[in-house]
This record gives sequence, C-alpha cells and structure tokens, in this order.
Amino acid sequence: MSNNLMAGKRGLIMGLANDKSIAWGIAKTCAEAGAELAFSYQGDALKKRVGPLAEQLGSDIVLPCDVSDSDSIDALFEALGERWDNLDFVVHAIGFSDKNELRGRYVDTSKDNFTMTMDISVYSFTAVVQRAEKMMKNGGSALTLTYYGAERIMPHYNVMGVAKAALEASVRYLAEDLGKDGIRVNAISAGPIKTLAASGIGDFRYIMKWNEYNSPLRRNVTIEDVGKSALYLLSDLGSGVTGETHHVDAGYHVVGMKAVDAPDITKS
Amino acid sequence: MSDIADRVKKIVVEHLSVEEEKVAPEASFIDDLGADSLDTVELVMAFEEEFGIEIPDDAAETIQTFGDAVKFITEAQ
Repeated sequence: MSNNLMAGKRGLIMGLANDKSIAWGIAKTCAEAGAELAFSYQGDALKKRVGPLAEQLGSDIVLPCDVSDSDSIDALFEALGERWDNLDFVVHAIGFSDKNELRGRYVDTSKDNFTMTMDISVYSFTAVVQRAEKMMKNGGSALTLTYYGAERIMPHYNVMGVAKAALEASVRYLAEDLGKDGIRVNAISAGPIKTLAASGIGDFRYIMKWNEYNSPLRRNVTIEDVGKSALYLLSDLGSGVTGETHHVDAGYHVVGMKAVDAPDITKS
Repeated sequence: MSDIADRVKKIVVEHLSVEEEKVAPEASFIDDLGADSLDTVELVMAFEEEFGIEIPDDAAETIQTFGDAVKFITEAQ
C-alpha cells in the first residue's frame, strides 16, 4: 500500500515496545504514507528495542519519557520542540496495571494499583495531549488505544476495563476542548492482539480463539489492520471525525451471542 | 539433538544475538545469555508461536534456562 497521505506530517509515537506492538503497526503505516516520526520510550530495556525500529523507519528522534512523571513529559516535549517546530499527530499506546490484578476478581483491586492504572493508562493521554496542543499549530490529530473491555465485561480485564472506560470518556472531553483549534482526538478499540502487553492478561489465547470464532469476519485483527484504520484517523481522510471510539475488531463489538458455527472451546 | 531443541536454539540465538555454542542446556537466559526481563517474555511468546502451545505465567517463570524451555515444550507437545 503506497500513498502520500502523510507527506509533510510529523508525528510522535509513544508506547512502542517491539515489532509485535500495535504502535509498530501504526508507525509503519504512517511512515509508508510519508510521515516523519519521533518515538518515546520508557527505560533502557525499551530504549534498546525502540532505537533499531525507529531507525528502520528513518527516524533518529528517540526520546525518553516516563508518563507517570509530569517533568518527564515536559522534558519530552521540550526535546521534541528542539527538533521540530510543529507537530501534526501523536499516538498514545500506553497502559499499565499490576498483572496480578488482571486475573481474579475486579472487586479485590487495591487502591494503589487502581490509582496507578488510572494514572498511566488514562491521565497520561490527557497530559500528553495538553503538551502536544501547543505544538499543533496547524491543527492535528491525537489517537489512543482502547479495548472493548471498557464497554462490556471481559474475563480478567478488570481494573483495565474501568481505566479504558475513563480513557474513552477523556477522548470525548478532549475532542470538545481542542476541536476549536482543529485538533481531533480519537481512540481505536482494537480486538485482542498478542503483544508484549497482552502477555500480562490471563487466558489470552482463549480470548483470541473466542474472537476468531465469533467475530463477523471470523478472524482476529492484526497490527496492520489497526495501522490502516489509524492512518484514516491521523490523516486528512478523517478530517471530519473527532471524539470517536472506532472499533477495529473484525466486528466483534456488534455480536450478541456465540456464533452457531463456532466450535465449543474449553480453556486449555 | 532433538528437533525441538534445534528450533528452540534457533529462536534463542536469533532473539538474543548470541553464539550458538553458548546456548547450552544449563545456560540461563538472564545470567549467561544477557537477556533482560522483557527478553524472557518475548522468548516465551516466540516459543508459543513456534510450537502452537500456551505457556501460562506460572510455568513461564520456571523457564530460566535453554534446557528448561526444551523440557517444557517437549512435555507440552
């Protein structure tokens, strides 16, 4: 797929971990469409992974950022401002929770983990958009990633489902605040994808099988599927779209019950 | 060496960029082969994909060496 939809556009990608990351699917699609990219990473373990991937897409802007620390977010945008005088889009693919609370009962969630999960998975998007706004002089597009567990109960998703619901609500409020400046804010609700982050979620293989058998497209989605839809929301193709949570889930969110032809599966 | 061991070794060599000779049965991913904590998760994911198996978290934590990985996968097949 070759196009120039993102020619002349500059974007910051936050939350890339490896070549299985949803952020990688989005970054690749944007780069192929002509975008110039910058990346942020948290900690040395991720730095050594993000660096080579950024290089593959022709980017040498790889900056540290710990989104739980406001000073660190300030420092990221300051450093980015030294390289670029404007920003057109930002992709936020960040979330975190103690994996011990992504199993068992939601009701048993601790206050500490609840607060941390909300801080890193919800507030960080608002904090990033707050800084990005100042660099989006010609309007822009901000995108975050969510999951259907925000809307309906999903096994083990627990506190992360509550956080994603708050994230989707914040997308709507941010859209209202920034719309007047031509900045659009949207979320992609992706179906389950086996990423590094997903490895923290219990019974993930079962969840993926269920989605494959029961979604209208009878398959799981890929990071390339998400990348293509992200391109629509980040480029001028999505110029009239803001405040939206767009499902890229093979249609699973419209399903009411198990498909008649879906085999019975048991947790292995 | 079994087919499983060969395939596991190939994944380890490629993922950790180590020499094949260093991947001995008792070689610890973290202590001997330079893996960090994310590498160990990525290795387990690569094993799951290669062999079409599920390695639950509690089992993944017991896979510390090349030999552990081969043993677990052999039993899971």
